[in-house]
Amino acid sequence: MKKTLMIATLAATALGAQFATAARDYISVVGSSTVYPFSTVVAERFGKSTNYKTPKIESTGTGGGMKLFCQGVGVANPDITNASRRIKSSEFEMCQKNGVRDIIEVLIGYDGIVIGNSVESPQLDLTLKELFLALAAEVPNPDGSETLVKNPYKTWKDINPTLPNYKIEVLGPPPTSGTRDAFQELALEGGCDSIAWIKALKDSDKDLHKKVCRTVREDGPFIEAGENDNLIVQKLNANKRALGIFGFSFLDQNSDKIQGSLIGGNPPEFETIADGSYPVSRPLYFYVKKDHIGTIPGMQEYLAEFTSEAAFGEEGYLSEKGMIPLGDAERAKVANAVKTLQSMSM
Amino acid sequence: MSEKLSTIDLVNKNLARRYRREKRFRAYGIASIMFGLLCLVILFADIIGKGHSAFLQTYVRLNVELSAEALGISDINDPSQFVRANYDGVLRNALRERFPEVNKRREKRNLYGIISNGAGYQLRDLLEQNPQLINTRVDIWVLADDDYDTYYKSRSSDGSEAYTGRFSETQIGWIEALIADGVVEKRFNRTFFQAGDSREPEQAGIRGAMMGSLYTLIVTFVLSFPIGVAAAVYLEEYAHKNRFTDFIEVNINNLAAVPSIIFGLLGLAIFINFFSMPRSIPLVGGIVLTLMTLPTIIISSRAAIKAVPPSIREAALGIGASKMQVILHHVLPLAMPGMLTGAIIGMAQALGETAPLLLIGMVAFIVDVPGGITDPSTVLPVQIFLWSDSPERAFVERTSAAIMVLLGFLIVMNTLAVLLRRRLERRW
Repeated sequence: MKKTLMIATLAATALGAQFATAARDYISVVGSSTVYPFSTVVAERFGKSTNYKTPKIESTGTGGGMKLFCQGVGVANPDITNASRRIKSSEFEMCQKNGVRDIIEVLIGYDGIVIGNSVESPQLDLTLKELFLALAAEVPNPDGSETLVKNPYKTWKDINPTLPNYKIEVLGPPPTSGTRDAFQELALEGGCDSIAWIKALKDSDKDLHKKVCRTVREDGPFIEAGENDNLIVQKLNANKRALGIFGFSFLDQNSDKIQGSLIGGNPPEFETIADGSYPVSRPLYFYVKKDHIGTIPGMQEYLAEFTSEAAFGEEGYLSEKGMIPLGDAERAKVANAVKTLQSMSM
Repeated sequence: MSEKLSTIDLVNKNLARRYRREKRFRAYGIASIMFGLLCLVILFADIIGKGHSAFLQTYVRLNVELSAEALGISDINDPSQFVRANYDGVLRNALRERFPEVNKRREKRNLYGIISNGAGYQLRDLLEQNPQLINTRVDIWVLADDDYDTYYKSRSSDGSEAYTGRFSETQIGWIEALIADGVVEKRFNRTFFQAGDSREPEQAGIRGAMMGSLYTLIVTFVLSFPIGVAAAVYLEEYAHKNRFTDFIEVNINNLAAVPSIIFGLLGLAIFINFFSMPRSIPLVGGIVLTLMTLPTIIISSRAAIKAVPPSIREAALGIGASKMQVILHHVLPLAMPGMLTGAIIGMAQALGETAPLLLIGMVAFIVDVPGGITDPSTVLPVQIFLWSDSPERAFVERTSAAIMVLLGFLIVMNTLAVLLRRRLERRW
């Protein structure tokens, strides 16, 4: 009995070692949790409508995905990484150093971040500066001097007399979330840079600038509501005066219950996010290892499916899932670049 | 009357109090058990209450005109045309026929949403098997979309109350009209047991996760049982009692208490980064879980070997058996039930383990059902974790249903362990 078990063990180990180095016949995707819901939909359709295996998709976050992606070329490394921002030059260099030379960059669409409230409350018209003043930990002294004080604002009216006299209450995602990162970078830092002397800090003291512009207040008005955007939507229904921060897809799906605030006069809508006039939006990318095309079956077909009109087009199924499609000209450019497998440079 | 109480009086005096204490002492025990049972009942009631509806699935009957022209099939002998044919188109035509009043673009898109986007593939399978159906009109039952599924399941029989979610009045009108026609039906949810993961709740199933768990456990068992038994035999039968074996014993006991996430980190560093094995495969998962299960198996195997009476060993030695013969012919067969029990309990632990598998990439979106130990896969507890995080409401009931399946497996394994012990274990 023991002898047979021993043989079985040895056989299993040997088989395992052999399989582990053999070729992989499915596409391996890693990266951003924001792109995950879109790439999984594409992968599922790709798997069902072709004879290739369905790609495997891990949600590791943009940074984690880049790290895995840039580890090297070969079947042990992922073929594609999703990103909710552009690749950084440091990451690009890391890729180059590890032999990942030819990378194809694919811009797939945009994701808007919405600051919204219940439809039973009045719709707010905010500016980025007002958002910064309402939510940053430290703000410029209201007396006009160039010093920072702990955020003194309690109501929206304190910031701008035309805003309602409500307590500032904003439900948002925790620091582990990509939505939070993007909100801090795009909304808070954007508002911060509309104050001239803080913007000047960027050149003199970069770290201080980043700290001032991206630190969220912790004295109550900003409430961390968990990663689940659904929960934020439910809480906004219960608390009519609160605002919430969530991805555009949730506004799209719950438009009967919540409305997005105007930012700088622009409502969060498909068109304004796509043309960039709504400021709190970010591009979504994925990056492809060119060396793996041809080695891993189905890579080119997967790229074609992702960049087909049926998927990332105006009326495509990705827009149904809440992704903001690119403009017509941009889409044509991306689809063409993918067809010719153009590698990027930095 | 003597002033000093006699012993019997003392006893009698305290007797009532002692009985009371005895009763209280027993009551504490009963209360603890009741508390445990209550928690269990609440847990089960919650899970079953939420999850039972996932075993049924709503279907809609559509009258579909399968014209070759609309499908785009010109030659029924060309299989590639069947792959590419416009199945969604004919299904959409059927919906438009049923609701001719819908003509705005956005409304039409909502209307098409009544049926699952997997319905097209369902139709493709049907036509590939029965190509003679082309250019006929057929009634087929197709999967309803998850929102309509939730609506139909939560609807009271007269339609007065239902979970409407993000439905508009028009959408409720459509589904009520279909219900009035009698073309909406709940059926046993076979998809749930036959399909892999999906982003559409109505097409999602646990087959992939179940097979992933199975392959992972096979690897774990094949590795950990022989290694564990060999280690236990050596430690019990051969090793001398000295500081070194004491040290090993302490370490085995320590290993049993190490948090499982540490094994995951170890697996990531050694198997994936150093040996560059692929991520997300049951082989690596099984090896990592082996590390975790080994101490359990070694400890229980040693106990089982220790329980074999020395007289049996001595008798065998006395009639001329070698040490190895004693172990293989007598000690191991007698200790086997105990060792198997330990192994099953270890396997049950491994089945419920999530943390170490997250680190080696077994938390991924995987649609294809794995067919071997080197295919990417997830396991049941990770699938539960993934679904509980999904925004779609219909995943709530599927999460609970998956928990029920996992609990079912655990109960079966633990019962098996108890039965084995009862039936096979010998007492001396």
